[in-house]
Amino acid sequence: MADEMQVEMTVNGEVRSATVEPRRTLADFLREDCGLTGTHLGCEHGVCGACTVLLEGQAVRSCLVFAVQADGCGVRTIEGLSPSDGSLSGVQEAFRTEHALQCGFCTPGFVVAVTALLEANPDPDDEEIRDALSGNLCRCTGYQGILAAAGRAAGSRRGVQA
Amino acid sequence: MTAARLVGQSIARREDPRLLAGRGRYVADITVPGMLHAAFVRSDIARGTILRLDVTEARSAPGVHAVYTAAELNPMVHETWWYMAGRDATYPPRFCLAEADVRFVGEPVAIVVAESRALAEDAAELVELDIEPLTALVDPDVARADTVNLVHPEIGTNCPQVMPAPDDPELDAIFARAAHTVTARFTQHRYAAVPMETRGIIAHWDRYGEQLVIWAGTQSAHEVRGFYARLLGLPENNIRVFSPDVGGGFGLKVMTMRDEWAVVMSSVRLGVPVKWIEDRRENLIASAHGRDDLMGLEAAFDADGVLLALRADHVENVGAYPYAGTASAGALVGMCLSGPYRVGRTGYGNTAVYTNTLGRAPYRGPFLMETVGPEQLMDVAARQLGLDPLELRRRSVITDTDLPYTLPSGLVYDSVTPAETLEQAAKVIDYEGFRREQSAARDAGRLTGIGISLCVEPSAISFGALGTEAAVLRMEPSGKVNLVLGSSDTGMSVATTTAQVVADQLGCAIEDITVTQGDTTLTPYGGGTQGSRSAVLYGNVAVLVAGKLRAKLLAIAAHALEVSPDDLEISSGSVSVKGDALAALPFSSIAELALVGHDLLPPGMEPGLEVSHRFKPLPITFCNACHMCTVEVDRESGLVKILRYVVSEDCGVMINPKIVEGQIFGGVLQGIGGVLYEHAAYDDAGNPLASTFVDYLVPTAAEAPVIECAHIASGAANPLGVKGVGEGGAVASPAAVFNAVADALAPLGVELRSTPLGPGQILAAIEAAGWS
Repeated sequence: MADEMQVEMTVNGEVRSATVEPRRTLADFLREDCGLTGTHLGCEHGVCGACTVLLEGQAVRSCLVFAVQADGCGVRTIEGLSPSDGSLSGVQEAFRTEHALQCGFCTPGFVVAVTALLEANPDPDDEEIRDALSGNLCRCTGYQGILAAAGRAAGSRRGVQA
Repeated sequence: MTAARLVGQSIARREDPRLLAGRGRYVADITVPGMLHAAFVRSDIARGTILRLDVTEARSAPGVHAVYTAAELNPMVHETWWYMAGRDATYPPRFCLAEADVRFVGEPVAIVVAESRALAEDAAELVELDIEPLTALVDPDVARADTVNLVHPEIGTNCPQVMPAPDDPELDAIFARAAHTVTARFTQHRYAAVPMETRGIIAHWDRYGEQLVIWAGTQSAHEVRGFYARLLGLPENNIRVFSPDVGGGFGLKVMTMRDEWAVVMSSVRLGVPVKWIEDRRENLIASAHGRDDLMGLEAAFDADGVLLALRADHVENVGAYPYAGTASAGALVGMCLSGPYRVGRTGYGNTAVYTNTLGRAPYRGPFLMETVGPEQLMDVAARQLGLDPLELRRRSVITDTDLPYTLPSGLVYDSVTPAETLEQAAKVIDYEGFRREQSAARDAGRLTGIGISLCVEPSAISFGALGTEAAVLRMEPSGKVNLVLGSSDTGMSVATTTAQVVADQLGCAIEDITVTQGDTTLTPYGGGTQGSRSAVLYGNVAVLVAGKLRAKLLAIAAHALEVSPDDLEISSGSVSVKGDALAALPFSSIAELALVGHDLLPPGMEPGLEVSHRFKPLPITFCNACHMCTVEVDRESGLVKILRYVVSEDCGVMINPKIVEGQIFGGVLQGIGGVLYEHAAYDDAGNPLASTFVDYLVPTAAEAPVIECAHIASGAANPLGVKGVGEGGAVASPAAVFNAVADALAPLGVELRSTPLGPGQILAAIEAAGWS
């Protein structure tokens, strides 16, 4: 076992720190050290996207990032995307309206990925949406509702901005 | 009744707000105080003799509490059978961990229990395992003929189930005098359920409560409880199983598997909670696979292209340790072989074959060869007879006037709509228009094709232990309602759809209803969510139990208001006298009467507002669908692009149309993925070639076509009028895609007989037809 290291990062606006092995992934740090179990692990080799979080505003696979690499960074997880009053974000509401989830396991990764997409590109076309979501796997929905939800969320953002 | 009925409306799901906000609770998210973590040592040889297994060093590794092998765990095994297949089915030998030899790559050999998963995996690396390889049996045609090399010497044959087609001179005579006979042998390759949440279990042998508590990612908490009672020789009521949120199952999570048994037995031995979360590599090579069939088919047609008879010889590769029984779907495939067609006579033979590969478990429509085989044969026949595949189907499809229709197997369709779905799908996709476009595309050197798959699916199969479901409906003193079901939802939206049903039947707001499931101590015995049975079983038991509660509410209110129950109506959670809105009792007042003021109840009435009901539907509820898709094949790359995908589905009444379509969408993409991308392949030595998502290609949003759904709603012989819809999408889609690709390649003289249809297979098929 390698020597443990101290890490500290701002997760959903709160400073979180822990002593971890260098091999501890950011996903395990969030799930086990921070108790934020909304970030899911579907493959642990960087393909399924269920563990997607925002690291310094960029969507990353938290199973491929070591906690020590995120030391000093800002992280947003699915738990940090809902408004503080307990309601759902625009992206989350769009997912609900379009029946974009069934078992819900891949859902946090998709919600984070769509949120990141719309923050970077508020007006994506269908191809851009498909491309942005092609790094996330869903086994329940055939992606029909997810693509519709992403389009709906983009549309409502446009409506708000107009 | 309330004015606005909820059944039939696409209301937003009640499960969603929690799941969308990251507040789902899956097995991996659960922590039990004092919990240890398990990891497995697995065989990397497909068939071989264990020469040496040394766990000494692993046992003294940091944080390790135990390393168990077959020597410790296998003697703890009592019985290994599932409700679903029954005690008397043919099962593989009862090894929890491999004993003297190994029989597939991924077979569990030892379990390490340590203070963290990382430490358990570290210690697993220290286990010394030497295996002398033996000849591995991988090809089912080879394995079935081999009487020397046996996957399971204890069984004495590689064929645990042989059902030869019965001698049938009448059938032979039909073939002998038929104007046309068409034959083909199809290979359906091996692919897998691959839920996004892998398997997982926490077992806690609670020494203080003298109870075994299990949290399992399962489709059937009650199946899990019964299995472990039998495995360990414990009374069933000393075991409590929770199924929390479950991240998809698709059949994989019905049966308890050998590595999970080892986790449970480790907890019993250690007296502490033990958790195991499968990793993706284990899920792909060591859980269970699906499909993997060979089917030889022969069809007889008259001079007009009318289907006269059909026979099939079906070989199922069930791997080494199939779940459950032999994992054969043969009996059902044989009974349903004639599918959507008027066929005078059918014949069916089946052989299930053990091989040194991962065992088979049910996967979404495990009986789908009843559709895949005949539907692919219909297109071969159309080409051979020089008829359009749509026209060929029209000549034999079952129409309204044929009903009730008795199949050659003796099963009866009383309400199905194959002809209607065939025509609806043809209209939506503009079949004739596509044929014109295709002709122009072919002239321009492009390879486009259209495929049809017409299917009648046996949904909600209700035999034996899966034959019934019960519900308990309880009104609390406040007038709020709790529906208790024996289900274990894995994404089917049971908590939304059954609440829609109860709200309508009871006449209250859906917000006043909660649904409890996934706890064997609180809920009545049930088969769980599998086999396209949730709407038929749970939906109908919900309507029936709510009817009982409604009657009691009316009786109490009638007594209190001094009127006849016939003079009352229920609306918005309140019972009132018809035409007199002021004479009303809200549910809360009736509940108070029933639970607190019970001296004022009608004489002789049992106090309380708790009712139960157990519902038994017909043994099979047939639903049906027609899928059509169009594709373009790139001749240079071999890539298939789906241009349009259309589904016409008849699942009777839709409780929630959006949820129904969600089921169809997911099933269709699993079938498309199966045919075009996914392949749980093995090499000749039995090494799995797809052990990560880099090799096992689950389709993404980039590959998913737009799926267009149209609906026909014929009746169903149950109170709600519903038919099961969970599996149909996955059952019908493979043949639609296969037929479309075959149609696209037909001008090149390519005749496809096997899947998958990845770029490599397509290019090889084009080359084999003489094109370079």
